[in-house]
Amino acid sequence: MSSEQTPSQTVGPYFAYTLTPEQYGYNFTSLAGPQMVDDNTQGERIRITGQVLDGNGVSVSDAMIEIWQADATGRYPDASQQDGFMGFGRVGTGTDPHNRFWLNTIKPGSTADGQAPHLNVIVFMRGLLSHLYTRIYFSDEASLNATDPVLESVDETRRQTLIAKREEIPGATVYRFDIHMQGALETVFFNA
Amino acid sequence: MTFLPRDWDSHPPLIYPDYKSTNLRGPTRPLVPIRQRGGETTGPAFGPRHLGSLDHDLTRNARVNGEPLGERIVVTGQVRDESGHPIPHTLIEVWQANAAGRYIHVVDNHGAPLDPNFMGAGRCITDEKGNYRFYTVKPGAYPWKNHHNAWRPNHIHFSLLGPALATRLVTQMYFPGDPLLELDPIFQGAPAAARHRLVSRFSIEVTEPEFALGYIFDIVLRGKTATPVQH
Repeated sequence: MSSEQTPSQTVGPYFAYTLTPEQYGYNFTSLAGPQMVDDNTQGERIRITGQVLDGNGVSVSDAMIEIWQADATGRYPDASQQDGFMGFGRVGTGTDPHNRFWLNTIKPGSTADGQAPHLNVIVFMRGLLSHLYTRIYFSDEASLNATDPVLESVDETRRQTLIAKREEIPGATVYRFDIHMQGALETVFFNA
Repeated sequence: MTFLPRDWDSHPPLIYPDYKSTNLRGPTRPLVPIRQRGGETTGPAFGPRHLGSLDHDLTRNARVNGEPLGERIVVTGQVRDESGHPIPHTLIEVWQANAAGRYIHVVDNHGAPLDPNFMGAGRCITDEKGNYRFYTVKPGAYPWKNHHNAWRPNHIHFSLLGPALATRLVTQMYFPGDPLLELDPIFQGAPAAARHRLVSRFSIEVTEPEFALGYIFDIVLRGKTATPVQH
């Protein structure tokens, strides 16, 4: 029997005033945004930044990224999370002059099943009829990355597309992660 | 707990040439299959405390000096999984053009008027039976540059979370009998056998006398697997 799943449709170019209103300056409350931590949040503060690039290498100005992650102890937040960390961030690429996205969060811990620290990512944009899943791993976790079951299942030549590069910026820990929709550096997207 | 796979006989392909912007934005390589783990089988949850009291009523949540123009409608339905189980307490976010076919988003410069009393943004959470209800005005059709004389059918954008990251869905609700549906590459991008699920159903029972026409739009998300996946 075939499923009755409702088909996906593109998010389109005008999602911002509902999904990311505060980032774009609209008069509506954001339920989630790029600022995922406050003074109470436990863990190492990090910033993730990058661009979404189309098949011509041009940065996309109307994409939206969501991330879902474990906390610093490697547990996915639920409603009882003590320090209020939601683990969910949402950001559009339309307000930065270079169409970058950014998220201020904490480095997730390894989860109990031995996966390397990672962020779970969803990508949406005009021109994508169905949303896409990917992951962000960290370049400074080489030994854990080497035994991560998901990275191991990805073709060796494409594994690097899932690893964010740590950049040395005084006073901050920044990881750069570009999402390439096509081309030689095409990011791995998952079917899970 | 794991979820049934995304049914690619129901969902559009990632490159669909008639919808021109997919040609440079859809990935060209096959998706890499992975087993579901914590990141896929859990997800954020929002509750009534996250909502404003008028978030579900787009005819009232942005009034400045009067009511928005247009045909008032009530949109209701059930969110359930493909096994028929209702999905209670899940977040739905919606957005749409006004009755003239204009979005408040600054990028929309279509020559139709803005309505000072309409923003077109809404949210609600399904009740314990998985049901939701929004009040709004019927959005107008609007032109876009995909091809010569291209017009989007009347539609409302829906974003749903469901119980996990795996159940996340962004889709569009259409209206029955719209002549633009057969000409719209975004709607036509959905596989033929599944496309009808995107079209709401007019209901005189849901219609509120002297107030609002009623449309029903049920949404079906991925269901749970019956038995644990064997590794």
